[in-house]
Amino acid sequence: MNPAALKDLAALALFAVAVAALPLFVSSGFLLNIVIMTLYAALLGQAWNILGGFGGQFSFGHAVFFGTGAYAAAVLQVKFGWNAWAALPAAIALGAAVAALVGTLSFRYGLRGSYFALVTLAFAEVFRILANTVEFTGAGVGLMIPLKESAANFQFASPAGFLYVILAMTLAACLITLWLKNSRFGAWLQAARDSEESAAALGVNVFRVKLVAIMISGALTAAGGVFYVQYFHYIDPHIAYGLGISTEALLAPIVGGIGTLFGPLLGAFALHLFGELTRNLMGDSPGISLMVYGLILVLMVSFMPRGIMGIFSRGPHA
Amino acid sequence: MLEVSGLSIHFGGLKAVEEVSLSLGEGKICSLIGPNGAGKSTLFALISGFLKPARGRVSFLGEDITGMPPHVICRRGMVRTFQIVQPFAAQTVRENIAVGSHLHRASRRAALAHAEEVARRVGLDNQLDKLASSLTIAGRKRLELARALAAGPRLLLLDEVLAGLNPQEISEMLPVIRAIRDGGVTVLMIEHVMQAVMNLSEYTWVLNHGRLIAEGTPAEVSNNAQVIEAYLGRGTAERLLREAAGA
Repeated sequence: MNPAALKDLAALALFAVAVAALPLFVSSGFLLNIVIMTLYAALLGQAWNILGGFGGQFSFGHAVFFGTGAYAAAVLQVKFGWNAWAALPAAIALGAAVAALVGTLSFRYGLRGSYFALVTLAFAEVFRILANTVEFTGAGVGLMIPLKESAANFQFASPAGFLYVILAMTLAACLITLWLKNSRFGAWLQAARDSEESAAALGVNVFRVKLVAIMISGALTAAGGVFYVQYFHYIDPHIAYGLGISTEALLAPIVGGIGTLFGPLLGAFALHLFGELTRNLMGDSPGISLMVYGLILVLMVSFMPRGIMGIFSRGPHA
Repeated sequence: MLEVSGLSIHFGGLKAVEEVSLSLGEGKICSLIGPNGAGKSTLFALISGFLKPARGRVSFLGEDITGMPPHVICRRGMVRTFQIVQPFAAQTVRENIAVGSHLHRASRRAALAHAEEVARRVGLDNQLDKLASSLTIAGRKRLELARALAAGPRLLLLDEVLAGLNPQEISEMLPVIRAIRDGGVTVLMIEHVMQAVMNLSEYTWVLNHGRLIAEGTPAEVSNNAQVIEAYLGRGTAERLLREAAGA
């Protein structure tokens, strides 16, 4: 491993230890909840970043993977009586499968840029309407997970349990990203992002590389969906396949710096800090906090196109 | 090593490449010349798999590769560069070249080390950590060449690697290309810079309006009446002859 990769790994380890130690010092459920939701946003952001930042394919419909993971976990538990831990890998696999479908259709026909974004959005909408219609997913009413608090059930009595699970998921996403930065596959993916023609001329199977990227991204996003269901015990079509999740997935990397390892983490922390601050300072007038949030976002995108990471480095690889 | 026969492609009513056949032997530098819009780059795109021909065949190292996708053709040992260079702009020179090196090297460390070695061969070794987007045109042309070279080609298709360079830069590039050939790589180049064609190339094909109109050594070709007319207009060859006789 090269020195830069070792440094990244050390930083990740430090971060993991710091977060893991939190429950020892912090007992406030409120604070731990903020940290959990921040990590959850970082997970979705890192998953999006793998496809959007390293693959250059900007998805505007990552909810399609999130919702699939969430519904897979809920349906398997409610309708088939599966254990939640057993449902997790199944949901992840299903997320990858849906990603393979979306990826095959879009990349086979050479959809890029805004066309790809629109197709992913359309997929999420179609899934939302389906989930709203069929009996299987509980239709518009949604699905409620029966409350059976125990670690063996992926339902923890204390927030610390959830913190460790989401930390593990987020770290997994970060380690995959670290691998992208230091592997042949990652080099091929970034080459395809920067110029598909040049990449193909150098022997890169552009279609395959992008397909694998979207499958990794979809699988990780589906894991986020499972976490959501276990944490909130409830899912409905609007939450699962709505625009909210699709936007949440791309916000953290865009604010933090796309195509970087730490961008989605930094972005998630910055956004949640802003989010909590505006909510607490302007909580009395609903909507204002969202407007301020939006304003900050617009300013960030116009003045810091490379996100928070852009402050730290002159080049994306420096 | 490369056999092209009856290759044709039409864009609407335009016969971009029409019935082109040529045969390229191993270990040489050959060139493809012709006026702007003659179909040279289109022919390259057909040979390297970026376009599928309407008719005709391409065979490489004795195997039919017609219609294969570009990355497969590249893996068989034919690597092309682009006239309009397309560096991976957000990446450093080293990382750019390593993409080519990765074709035959799975390990990141091996690919990066190989990239350095290739950079030395094309004279980019003092710019390894620069972003590709910060290179000059001459630097980008070298990078385009280096990336292709790193993929370990047996046949290198160079599309105007000298265009846009000043005379000084051109004379620096000529020995680089010659060294590539001496290293065992066959080179087919599209070139407008006649100094380079005359200097490097052992055999030349001339393309005009999508058809081959002449072939031979550069000296033979440059005295061919049809070639002179293709470049300088109808009747020019005759006039030049008359003037030469009169003088």
